Amino acid sequence: MLQVQGLSKIFGGLRAVDDASLSVDKGRIVALIGPNGAGKTTFFACVAGFHQPDAGRVHFNGQDITGMAPHLIARHGMVRTFQITQPFAKLSVLDNIMVGAYQLHARDADARAHAIAVAQKVGMAPLLGQAAMELTVAGRKRLELARALATNPQLLLLDEVMAGLNPSEIVEMVGIVRTIRDLGVTVLLIEHVMQAVMSLSENIYVLSHGRVIAQGAPRDVVSDPAVIEAYLGRGAAAIHGGGTHA
Amino acid sequence: MSDHLHAARPVPWALHLSLLALAVAFPFVFPSNFMVNFGVMALFYAFIGQAWNISGGFAGQMSFGHVAFFGVGAYVSTVMQMRFGFSPWWGLPGAALAGALVAGFVAVVSFRAGLKGSYFALITLAFGEVLRIISNSVDITGGGLGMLIPMKAGVANFQFEERSGFYFLILLFAAASVALAEWLRRSRFGARLAAIRENEDAAKALGIDVLSEKIKVLVLSGAMCGMGGCFFAQYFLYIDPTIVFGVDKSVEMLLVSMIGGAGTVYGPLIGALLLASISDITRVMTQIQGLSLVIYGGLLVIIIAYLPNGLIDLFRRRGGQPGGKR
Repeated sequence: MLQVQGLSKIFGGLRAVDDASLSVDKGRIVALIGPNGAGKTTFFACVAGFHQPDAGRVHFNGQDITGMAPHLIARHGMVRTFQITQPFAKLSVLDNIMVGAYQLHARDADARAHAIAVAQKVGMAPLLGQAAMELTVAGRKRLELARALATNPQLLLLDEVMAGLNPSEIVEMVGIVRTIRDLGVTVLLIEHVMQAVMSLSENIYVLSHGRVIAQGAPRDVVSDPAVIEAYLGRGAAAIHGGGTHA
Repeated sequence: MSDHLHAARPVPWALHLSLLALAVAFPFVFPSNFMVNFGVMALFYAFIGQAWNISGGFAGQMSFGHVAFFGVGAYVSTVMQMRFGFSPWWGLPGAALAGALVAGFVAVVSFRAGLKGSYFALITLAFGEVLRIISNSVDITGGGLGMLIPMKAGVANFQFEERSGFYFLILLFAAASVALAEWLRRSRFGARLAAIRENEDAAKALGIDVLSEKIKVLVLSGAMCGMGGCFFAQYFLYIDPTIVFGVDKSVEMLLVSMIGGAGTVYGPLIGALLLASISDITRVMTQIQGLSLVIYGGLLVIIIAYLPNGLIDLFRRRGGQPGGKR
């Protein structure tokens, strides 16, 4: 469904994303992990059209969407959320979700009904009348997700929807992401919360200094010496009992 | 919770209709020239304030230069009438079109360049000034002397025997502008404008074509300002560059909307009633020109400090929104 080939993004002298490739198959939950500053969010921004990549191609459903405007990419069915939540602060939760729902429905009543249905799926039904700025962190993360989901995307790019949540909220969010996938939405997520990554994703890409250093099933990736080194530093793999890569 | 612009419950139809009935009754209850003139000016400010509010309040694109669209409307309709012999009624669509075109040009130039917030406000201010200088220096507009429209009473000439004719015409404009604002609150276009006002990146991420929506709303607002300009010319029968392209008109539109409540349906009307009252009272009691704007500016400071969403908050709190929810 999504193929990214050789994506690079340079800010000044920094190669934030460096020849990164990744592919996401329909119906999967794929995770993109990596230490802070690895370039994950920049990678998302390039894929979703918010940054122009300096090299590489992005194909979505077989179509080359490299460098396309973000609203057009969203209309093609690939919708991102933001790591730092970007609510329409003064609008109510319902009105926030309706903005997404209006992409499908021109009529007010239809958009409202669709938005309410989406709110129920992500457990926000009791909060519909609240202003977005009054929500807790967990509420804002859910709202990001709900708003994106209301546009009926084929592929959701979720940027750290678990960050800042407490353990029980993480469990709920994991359930929500799984429900979304079961509804037929493919998910690519950036995540730091490994508990969530391990239980959700079928395939993991690890980004470090802008490069994809490992890829594969969760179990294999976390024991990959290169990955351990990227997170914990040189030599850590040996201490960790990982193996040969000292 | 009732403070939030879009979270507020829709204004009920009963309120719309009773306000309209009051407005229709006004010139019959107060038939004096003074009072009807007051009504005309209040509704005129309400109309152009609403025009500003649609782009500045609902869509959050603060402009200091809406007078550009207003003045172009005034000049185009007057030039059509005086130089080319069109009926002033043709001037009305002409003025709307001219206002829309200039607004479209300003929007394309500044929004494509990514100008936002104070940068957008400043460039609109500059456009207004440029048009003032142009109208001052070309022949077709009569230059600095301005243009005098001869008095020829008769509905066909956009001139009414009774002042109340103007009153009902501007009431029609103002009522239509309120209907437009109410529609924005309930429509997809309005929801997109609110999204753009609150967070452009999030709007883009959801598939909203931010640039084209912003151009659309400014064109709409410009068309309304152009009609306001045509009305102004026909009511006062005289225009010159400083009157119809003066910065004070831009400021009045913006103040009326912000004092009443930007982004609300009745904010501009509330602000306009206040501005027209202060202006008439100061004119009767003193001879100091512009005093009304001084008082108005002072009120603005007080209102921003205590009622950041505008005077409309007074009505909301007292009017009661059960449970404070939508």
